[in-house]
Amino acid sequence: MSTEAAIKEKVSYFEELEAIRAELDKCMKCGNCMAVCPVYGAEKLETSVTRSKIAVAEAVLDGQLELDDPQVYEMLFNCLVCKSCMSNCPTQVNFERIMLALRAALVRKNGLPWLKKMIFATLKHPKLFDAGMRIGAAMQPLAFRGEQDGRAMAPRSPFALVGKGMGMDGERLLPSTTTKPLRERMPEVVTVQDATMKVAFFTGDSLNYFYPEAGEDLISVLSANNIEVHIPKEQSCCGTPVLVHGDVATVRSLARKNIDAMDKSGCTYIITGCGSCGNAWQHDYPELMAGDLVYAAKAQYWAERTYDISTFLTRVITMRPPQGRVEQVVTYHDPCHLKKGMRVCSEPRDILKNIPGLTFKEMKAPDACCGSGGSFVLTHYETAASIGKKKADDIAQTGAETVSTGCPACMMQLMDNMHRCGQDKEIVHYISLLAESYRRENEATKKN
Amino acid sequence: MLAQPVLSQLEQIVGKDNILTSKMDMVAYSYDATADMPKQTPDVVVFPQSSGMVQAIVNLAREHKVPIYSRGAGTNLSGGAVPVKKGIVLSFQKMNKIINIDPDNLSAVVEPGVIIGALNAAVAPHGLIYPPDPGTVATATMGGSAAENSGGLRGLKYGVTKNYIMGMEVVLANGEKVRFGGKTVKNVTAYDFANLFVGSEGTLGIITEITAKLIPAPKFRRTLVGTFKTLADAGNTVSGIIAAKVIPATMEIMDNMTLRTVENSAKIGLPTDVEAMLLIEVDGMSEDVVTAEAEAVKEAVIKNNGTLSVAESDKERDDLWAARRNALPALAQLNNTVILEDATVPRSHITDMLIACQDIGKKYNLTLGTFGHAGDGNLHPTILCDKNNKDEMERMHKAVDEIFAAALSFGGTLSGEHGIGMAKMKYLKDEIGESGVELMRSLKAALDPDSILNPGKMVPAPAEA
Repeated sequence: MSTEAAIKEKVSYFEELEAIRAELDKCMKCGNCMAVCPVYGAEKLETSVTRSKIAVAEAVLDGQLELDDPQVYEMLFNCLVCKSCMSNCPTQVNFERIMLALRAALVRKNGLPWLKKMIFATLKHPKLFDAGMRIGAAMQPLAFRGEQDGRAMAPRSPFALVGKGMGMDGERLLPSTTTKPLRERMPEVVTVQDATMKVAFFTGDSLNYFYPEAGEDLISVLSANNIEVHIPKEQSCCGTPVLVHGDVATVRSLARKNIDAMDKSGCTYIITGCGSCGNAWQHDYPELMAGDLVYAAKAQYWAERTYDISTFLTRVITMRPPQGRVEQVVTYHDPCHLKKGMRVCSEPRDILKNIPGLTFKEMKAPDACCGSGGSFVLTHYETAASIGKKKADDIAQTGAETVSTGCPACMMQLMDNMHRCGQDKEIVHYISLLAESYRRENEATKKN
Repeated sequence: MLAQPVLSQLEQIVGKDNILTSKMDMVAYSYDATADMPKQTPDVVVFPQSSGMVQAIVNLAREHKVPIYSRGAGTNLSGGAVPVKKGIVLSFQKMNKIINIDPDNLSAVVEPGVIIGALNAAVAPHGLIYPPDPGTVATATMGGSAAENSGGLRGLKYGVTKNYIMGMEVVLANGEKVRFGGKTVKNVTAYDFANLFVGSEGTLGIITEITAKLIPAPKFRRTLVGTFKTLADAGNTVSGIIAAKVIPATMEIMDNMTLRTVENSAKIGLPTDVEAMLLIEVDGMSEDVVTAEAEAVKEAVIKNNGTLSVAESDKERDDLWAARRNALPALAQLNNTVILEDATVPRSHITDMLIACQDIGKKYNLTLGTFGHAGDGNLHPTILCDKNNKDEMERMHKAVDEIFAAALSFGGTLSGEHGIGMAKMKYLKDEIGESGVELMRSLKAALDPDSILNPGKMVPAPAEA
């Protein structure tokens, strides 16, 4: 296929559902997706699994089913967009593309307000509705806090406000949102002596608002490796939460704004500490921007220069080996968007295993989804809880005291999963363990 | 469309959480994993959770002459799970408990919805395995694989599903429940009902419980690969290994087309200038025996002009397996329709059959690659075509006809492991003759006189034969 045709195909599936047909044709209905789909694992219904969603999409294109048939609509949102099926698909069907195209088509057909109403109409757990609305409202100012220049694109989907992976009920454990966001804590440029390189840190909303300490740890690790870190103030949400609800226009605005912010930084690479953010830069932005005369090339440029912090430390530079002892038994959960999107899997483990004193214990099925998945936990409470319980059981079996992962949305979900199962383990970003090792090393040096 | 009272009664039987009727849900149960098959939506899908519920459903269906299609995971490769005459899909996805594992009697009792892989995971701590391993072990159910008599990669040494079914509970079309077989190794009481219902494709009865045979897991294994400049060398190696009194656990073959396609997509360093590759694994309980068997395999490969690779570690074993694992995925990516056949010949005719498949592919100008289980003669000639290209689809159908004719001419069979279903019904009389077809009709009529169990499959109606 010519590059031009490839670009055309990439652009059009966001605007025209028919463009997805070739992707649908690739599906053999072999059912290998059943082995890995977390939703199918929990529900055991053909309608839960990828191949049936493909069959339904075919029926929609052929006019047998209506896209906004309540059953069809519900089925479309009964998916975590975790890409697990894609990693087990013999014919490499790009199901994420299919799902996003369907959701975008739904928004085109009936608009966002209809979608919002329908999503809330499917809230399965009575306790969730009030709390979900309450926290959604409480988060509204948060979503705009970093964007005081007035040019900010207000995300129109309610779930951009609710954020990633937030199920709300009385028992739901959430990170505190009252602390000062990362980008307000830090200067726009964190300089070091004898800097060997300068990189831009794309924080994403979750590290910025919910886990600023993990963000600080990421910066301290880069500083310890003589890297100058830029944290452009004008960056905003990566757009993944909006994109998974089919709001293509908003995510494009966010992408342009973020690309501008990174362009201005003059840095060589973008570093992320969140699988969804990095995945957006590596895969979604180039596809979303493919038809844009100005931004297509820019998106492609940054896609090739975006790294998860672990890849940057182990593959782009050679990180300084940590010396400080961290005496902890640690396991690691593979975030879907980090492993199945950014293909980052061995790097965080390499980092953890190199920390002196740390005992690494692999869990069963470390790359099984934790059940987060955007607003999924809100609208499909029982299924998400069942997926989460499986993950919590696998974690408990390792005997690890600390659960590490590489995505803040997973951190929230894991914290909640473990709490519900009566296992209050420490949940950390893996980078925080490396930062801790460097810190202890410094303390030891000072003492001597 | 089923009458509302029938739907209400079904709902009363299984409960409102275990019945689906929406148009969208019916689309999701309108297919199985077979390419180029008619699709049909059922009227209703129910999820029974006991044999009592199954009996009640069968009684209701018989009273109203509504077809019933038992369904496991729907990974069937002969169109057997498609509800082609509408009616009730009986999904066993929720009837999936392992009832007991009995290491003393090397057996396990399971409900039909148990995933094969889940049974193996559950018996592994006892040092046991359930050997049948169709490519779908991670998804397919025990009930479905028993009804289809699935095979897999280990057929040569360990046999197929029918060799591991010791007993069953079956609900008949008249609503009666019958139990036979059990945990004894020997059992000659009554007819051998297990062998009647295994492989009956849901046309004679509905399996509601299975007693499966387990064996001790082999402790040692060695994995070897040989590549060959001619198909004859590869075929002679297969014969040579058997002549040396070695029965490998797996002996897989891939032809040049398959190798080139795998290498093209997976870039794993396969030779693309050879005509065939054999992947051989020997296993057993004693290291000495396994080592001696591996030596015999090596000798056979070298004697037949093959180039040898031996796995020295798990990582190397994984690398050697990569080619085989990638065979179907790589071929499947070539086009939108994958016609995967399973014509099977006596082992001594493997070379003839491989050559015949290549010739047929050339004759009809089709993309055709063959891989499969050389040790048991079960080949998978795989044709990649475009479902939107009418001319190509016609050529494909002719090629498939000739592939089956070739297999039969070598004393082989239409289907080694995928079953007859809808896909191969028209060829049935070519293998078993009109009298064989008539025997099937007699059995079907005796056990299911109203033809409510998976109608339109396996047993040709008089007009269809």
